Amino acid sequence: MAVSKNVNTAIGLGAAVIFVLGITVPINWFLINGVLKEGALSWISPSFAEVDLTFLAFIMFIATIASMTQLVEMVVEKFSPALYSSLGIFLPLIAVNCSILGGSLFMQERDYTLAEATVFGLGSGVGWLIAIVALAAIRMKIRYSDVPKPLRGLGITFILTGLMGLAFMSFLGIQL
Amino acid sequence: MSIATAPEPVKESKPLLSKKDRKLVTDPLSDSNPITIQVLGICSALAVTTQLKPTLVMAISVTAVVVFSNLIVSLIRNLIPSRIRIIVQLAVVSLLVILVDEVLKAFVYDVSKQLSVFVGLIITNCIVMGRLEAFAMGNKPGASILDGLGNSAGYAWVILAVAFVRELFGSGKLFGFRIVPEAFYAPEFGYVNNGLMMIPAGALFIVATIIWIQRSLNKYTEEA
Repeated sequence: MAVSKNVNTAIGLGAAVIFVLGITVPINWFLINGVLKEGALSWISPSFAEVDLTFLAFIMFIATIASMTQLVEMVVEKFSPALYSSLGIFLPLIAVNCSILGGSLFMQERDYTLAEATVFGLGSGVGWLIAIVALAAIRMKIRYSDVPKPLRGLGITFILTGLMGLAFMSFLGIQL
Repeated sequence: MSIATAPEPVKESKPLLSKKDRKLVTDPLSDSNPITIQVLGICSALAVTTQLKPTLVMAISVTAVVVFSNLIVSLIRNLIPSRIRIIVQLAVVSLLVILVDEVLKAFVYDVSKQLSVFVGLIITNCIVMGRLEAFAMGNKPGASILDGLGNSAGYAWVILAVAFVRELFGSGKLFGFRIVPEAFYAPEFGYVNNGLMMIPAGALFIVATIIWIQRSLNKYTEEA
């Protein structure tokens, strides 16, 4: 919501999200299939074949995401201090961005292979970037429009997002 | 003027809740509602509200996570070093959500299948982290519990309202019970379920309408 007021910050944050998603989804795939799933630990020793640690998935995913976000934050601070200061608090808040954890959770639920998982992560990131940049552009355009007072800010952004959602559905074939 | 009347405050060990404590519970119902005013917890509001039953389960789950994480973090607030507090908060919340997920899978398996990943996404529900940062880190456990209850109630009534509209107009049912009579769907009469309500865009429009009504009543305007 807050980042989408300005197209340049939206692009910057979108790029960071692509990076984080593109890396955390494959890493979490390794975590699921190498450590957490039932029988996954058998590469350490056959006696571990019945160990099922999937209930730890949430906390492991969050740990990966939080550390990747920290890494991205340090990289951005080093290479582009201007972007770092314009994004402000929202860079570390990528860690609690629904779409990042959601990407890993959907990957787990749909049982992707490693290749599918990587492409899914990168693709989700690109999709997020497109959506947030489009939203930022529209919000800049309506800055001088006569929005009713109670709708200003959050309300009109929701309506815009809803309309954009309808528009994007046309790519899937609308089936109401 | 609140859009919902305040419920009776939960009685803790003290017999009488002070006015300040009561405000902790009632403010988030309207004046500082987490979804419509503080802008937190939007994700799940869109995705799970197609039917009332999963929404109710989601509301209860979020209440449990918010109240208990508020309590735990408030109890250990003086022991957490400032640099790693986000990590500690995330750890507490993740553990609670794992617990909630296991409980849901054990007792209401069909609903937990419907909620699928959104139970996990309670971890990233900004209301949880937002209240931890804004309140539990600096206040006593008793007040933190009340704050958690208030904000969860504020979140709950908004998502239940959205789910009510979506299920009624999107499928003619409430809680799975048929409300719109079968006869209405006959070709001569021509009633059709509103398909827009079943997609996330519909949820966005409904939340926008709730925001519109609530902010008109509260006379709250966002700057720019």
